[in-house]
Amino acid sequence: MTKEQPFIDVRHAQKKFGALEVLKDINLQVEKGQIVAIIGPSGSGKSTLLRAINDLDPLTSGEIWLEDKQVNKDLPHRQYEKHINTVRQEIGMVFQHFNLFPHLTVRQNITLAPKMLKDISDDEANQLVEEQLAKVGLSERIDFYPSQLSGGQKQRVAIARALAMKPKVMLFDEATSALDPELVEEVNLVMKSLAAEHMTMIIVTHEMTFAESVCDRVIFMDEGVVVEEGPPDVIFKNPQNERTKNFLRKHLNG
Amino acid sequence: MGLDFSVVPEYFDELLLGSLWTIAIMLASAVISFFGGILLAVIALYGPALVRYPFRAFSFVFMGTPLLLQLFLIYFGLIQIGIDLPAFVAGIIGLGLHFAVYNSDIIQAGIMAVDKGQHEGARTLGLSKLQTIRKIIVPQAVRTVIPPIGNNLVALLKDSALVSVIGVTELTLTSQLAISNTFRPFEFYVAAAVCYYVINLGLEYSLRRVESRIQVSR
Ligand SMILES: Nc1ncnc2c1ncn2[C@@H]1O[C@H](COP(=O)(O)OP(=O)(O)OP(=O)(O)O)[C@@H](O)[C@H]1O
Ligand SMILES: [Mg+2]
Repeated sequence: MTKEQPFIDVRHAQKKFGALEVLKDINLQVEKGQIVAIIGPSGSGKSTLLRAINDLDPLTSGEIWLEDKQVNKDLPHRQYEKHINTVRQEIGMVFQHFNLFPHLTVRQNITLAPKMLKDISDDEANQLVEEQLAKVGLSERIDFYPSQLSGGQKQRVAIARALAMKPKVMLFDEATSALDPELVEEVNLVMKSLAAEHMTMIIVTHEMTFAESVCDRVIFMDEGVVVEEGPPDVIFKNPQNERTKNFLRKHLNG
Repeated sequence: MGLDFSVVPEYFDELLLGSLWTIAIMLASAVISFFGGILLAVIALYGPALVRYPFRAFSFVFMGTPLLLQLFLIYFGLIQIGIDLPAFVAGIIGLGLHFAVYNSDIIQAGIMAVDKGQHEGARTLGLSKLQTIRKIIVPQAVRTVIPPIGNNLVALLKDSALVSVIGVTELTLTSQLAISNTFRPFEFYVAAAVCYYVINLGLEYSLRRVESRIQVSR
């Protein structure tokens, strides 16, 4: 037997916005339960790569695989829509600006997608909300609207909402960058608890200390390529590439 | 002859009935104009070109021609092609479609103002484009445009007087009938105006209630 297929497999990913090549032949494999941090300067393509994984930003060329399913499969439009909607249920995503639904309560934010897509009963839905909210420590906010929550609380609800779909992998795009400094820790704690449960995660972050403490692997990107990758103690303590060194010098001291 | 408002109470029942007709016509056409407005807005923004352009032309016609003419066309014109609608139905359809077109413009602006992140948040969970529009985008768009839609509703109430010309005995026609019996136009037009005003107060009160209820969910 050959080696098993990786859990997430990005093969020769290329992405162009017009003439601008934002991702240049990116290859990335993530194993089940692994936690990968993507770091790099602004504009290096981190968000674009993350958003390509669930096809929010479709690749120009290359393949994305989740286990034995190709995410960006070449299908006729209608079939592709169906396919991608089922694949996305397995990929949770958390955004910098939360993207909670302001017209729905916390409970409705969390149950909307499971109710619509998974055909669960009201009882099961209630149980699901309670379970997920307990996980992020917000049980008492269940009937609040997003406008009544702090930034940190909003992000925790957004994480609970993604988790309620029971995804196989979670993608975080600078989940704490929009937060006041004193609210960052509560969100980091939630992410750490997911790490402890061996959730597969890809985390785009500017917080080097956090990346160092939770990740199994760090990817340093610059100008659309993976410049260097390795375990956190190597990347952070003993980077080999000049560009990595430069970047870290600015970000570890700053 | 001087003014004598004492004749008005004799027509209390008629005026009340006329007011109820006005309210009923307003509510029915409000429902058509609201949901029709949403439908037109969604088609205008997301529909395939094949349906988008006919719908645009439809909107253009309804916006660019007098409501009175549209009512005549629906009530008298359609008979010629075998569609014989009762007057109040023709009135409701005419008012409803006319204001649906105005609401559609407002709702389109509301939809375009919804943050792009809302679409992404929903699609990421696995919702389809249509589910996203229905459950996430439209409800938010409508919430932001409730005040201007409310203004249209007030305009609709006032324009509902036009259906009197196709013979619907709503408030305006009722007062005209009373006038032709009593020859007291001033008294009955004032009485009708008061009735419209009271209905309007009720309408604005309800609109304010709705607005304050949705404040928190914005
Ligand atoms: N929709 C788009 N259209 C055109 N160019 C885009 C688009 N999205 C991103 N870009 C460009 O692609 C490049 C990479 O952007 P990306 O958002 O992936 O960077 P990033 O590494 O996430 O940066 P940051 O740390 O600032 O979030 C940038 O030059 C950006 O301007
Ligand atoms: Mg980014």
